[in-house]
Amino acid sequence: MARVAVVGVGYSGFNASSPDLSWKEITYEAAVRAYEDAGINPRRDVDAVVTCAEDFWEGFAIFDEFVPDQLGGVLKPTFTVTADFLFGVANGVMLIKSGLAEIAVVEAHSKASDILTFGNVVRFAYDPIWLRPVGNGHPFYLAALEKSYYSNLRGYCDYTFAEVVAKNKKNGRLNPDAPYSADITADDVLSSEPSFYPLRKLEIAERADGAIVFVLARGDIAKELNPEPVWIDGVGWWSETSNYDTMSFTALYARKSAEMAYEMAGIDNPARQIDLAEVDDRFAYKEVQHIEALKLAKAGEVDDLLESGYFDRSGEIPVNVSGGSLSVGNLLEATGAQKALEVVLQLRGEAGRRQVDAEVGVAQVWRYLPTATGAVTVFSR
Amino acid sequence: MIERVRGIKFHKKQDVAIVGAGITLFRRRLNETGKELSYYAVKQALEEAGLELSDIEMVVLGSAPDAFDGVHMKGEYLLDGSGASNRPYMRVFVGGGTGVFAPIAGYWHVASGLADVCLVVAEEKMSSSHPHPQSAFKYIWDPILDRPLNPNLIWIFALEMRRYMHVHNIKHEDIALVSVKNKANALDHPSAQLAAKITVEDVLNSEPMSLPVRRLDVSPPSDGASALIMVAPHIARQLTDEPVWVDGVGWALDTTWWTNRDLYFPRYVAEAAKMAYKMAHITDPRKEIDVAEPYDPFDYKELHHMEGLGLARKGEAPILTREGVTARDGDLPVCPSGGLLGVGNPIAATMGVKVAELYWQLAYRAGKRQVAKEVTTGVTQAWGDLMQVGTVIVLSNKR
Repeated sequence: MARVAVVGVGYSGFNASSPDLSWKEITYEAAVRAYEDAGINPRRDVDAVVTCAEDFWEGFAIFDEFVPDQLGGVLKPTFTVTADFLFGVANGVMLIKSGLAEIAVVEAHSKASDILTFGNVVRFAYDPIWLRPVGNGHPFYLAALEKSYYSNLRGYCDYTFAEVVAKNKKNGRLNPDAPYSADITADDVLSSEPSFYPLRKLEIAERADGAIVFVLARGDIAKELNPEPVWIDGVGWWSETSNYDTMSFTALYARKSAEMAYEMAGIDNPARQIDLAEVDDRFAYKEVQHIEALKLAKAGEVDDLLESGYFDRSGEIPVNVSGGSLSVGNLLEATGAQKALEVVLQLRGEAGRRQVDAEVGVAQVWRYLPTATGAVTVFSR
Repeated sequence: MIERVRGIKFHKKQDVAIVGAGITLFRRRLNETGKELSYYAVKQALEEAGLELSDIEMVVLGSAPDAFDGVHMKGEYLLDGSGASNRPYMRVFVGGGTGVFAPIAGYWHVASGLADVCLVVAEEKMSSSHPHPQSAFKYIWDPILDRPLNPNLIWIFALEMRRYMHVHNIKHEDIALVSVKNKANALDHPSAQLAAKITVEDVLNSEPMSLPVRRLDVSPPSDGASALIMVAPHIARQLTDEPVWVDGVGWALDTTWWTNRDLYFPRYVAEAAKMAYKMAHITDPRKEIDVAEPYDPFDYKELHHMEGLGLARKGEAPILTREGVTARDGDLPVCPSGGLLGVGNPIAATMGVKVAELYWQLAYRAGKRQVAKEVTTGVTQAWGDLMQVGTVIVLSNKR
């Protein structure tokens, strides 16, 4: 069966806001860099273009209309996946494995700074009958409820989640594209404003702008373009339910999508075989959930491991060496793209001052509030 | 650096067959929620295929703008009604072309080997948008260049229809014949919303909307859902002796700048058809295609799309229609289902009158709608975005 590799990556950002550029322009910048990186001409060489966007984030009724031009996808097989970038990667892999494409491009972007009423947009994702009428609170209180349930279930104390924030924000200091990085301690996090108690202000990722483009290719072509491409060994995606009241609150979606991706990648002992993980940390407790779900640690043991530095840059399995979303910002549907980008740059040895030694890396994303859907991609060099 | 132009070689992991389909009623306003509509369509498709929900490995959803339902991440919202709980679930979106695009995505879920049994669900509930779903289309335009003109969809299609009539010197009478044919065909469709025996005069005398478009030139907004089951060959063999195979798929998205294109010919459909025909080894579509279900939200669009699909030369589709070639008992039956004009137009859910209809025709399960001639190969197509995307599937009952 055809293998699939990443032969080019390009990105623009990541910034807290980008008033000088439109979303088309940041996408164009990222695309040009990715095509340059892959050494291809998009008009000639690309067989399919996958873009990842949700209409309401973009402020359009049919956003798919606006995707082809800035990507060189005009009159080509171009389409939109209404999900995160990692779902787009899964489609890119399937397009190549099904023979529909030899070279496929995947794009996602965030122009979160254009959104004036973020909380109200998220509220539009609530079930209109069951969930929307339940109070007028900002959706972050749903995350606070989940955090409360989950930390009680596992017996994690707030200090653990504060350590996640301190670790990621410090990691971000080495990343030139991490606008929310900071040199802070767990105590700083614990003393930040309890905006959605027990969720504190610093445990919530702020929003950011940016665009990311990947060029994927079938194995034989990938080798022609780059003798040492980064391979996509496994993809997985999974949805639990659309109902907030029946979600597991233990990131079952991440567990199941990881199992799917690991099976495809032939990984049976993730904690030993995976060298590097970039997981969704748009709320600090989510990183802990996702570390468990990816089987990088046993349930209930993440607090001790975190404290011992197991997930640090220099630890056994570095998690979110990019600084994660807590440093880089919430990139909406491009969140998974930032995670995948970091894994690819690390595996290529192009991560600059934050470089760690890794051969197999995993990127994981959750579809944010109020969903229980997620995706996982396993990369290797 | 790659030195040569690469052709798509279609080295798939496995073939893909359709073994079941379902469709709900199409109506202007249904009491059911989108989730419930999806459930009905899925149930019917599972029953036809002889499968249970637990047999489904992955689910693909097609649904057009979130703005119709007023639900952000509509895919996530429709998840449980579509049978996707606790499964890999993917929603794809190309505006109005989604009805034929969702099964294309279903095709690659199976052809890539990632799934052996894939359920494809298409849902649309346009009536949630008050007072009329047209208001959702206020937000499909470029905010700087188009939106200040306050355009709506009917008038850009009026531009396109007029251009098509002008270039080929086509009379409205010839275009109206499509509406007459499809609404009559729909009399035999149990889901139909606007089936009727009408005449060309009725069309020409109907209420002007944005001339030359009149009321009976247009399909209605509808609520509805449809479902398809796509499987790998070893599963198809267990379920039926007569599966229908997906021979080719193709799609193409043209530039956002619709104002810069000559609207008389749908180049995006021609590109999509080229891809699908190449994959299906079809060189002369007019001879090799036995039955067609092109997208007909407006009567002129059926003609326009026939030309894009290579079923008629440019400007000749109205002649074929006038001569009865495209009638249900003609040499090339077109929209034997009754199409969107007769059965209704719940945007993505039109999968039920396009891909599902073609499947039923090729499986000889179309009942009263079964075309007179013997059929082996058919083509179906949808169109959407800003007159911009073409999605094409070629099906065949011969492998």
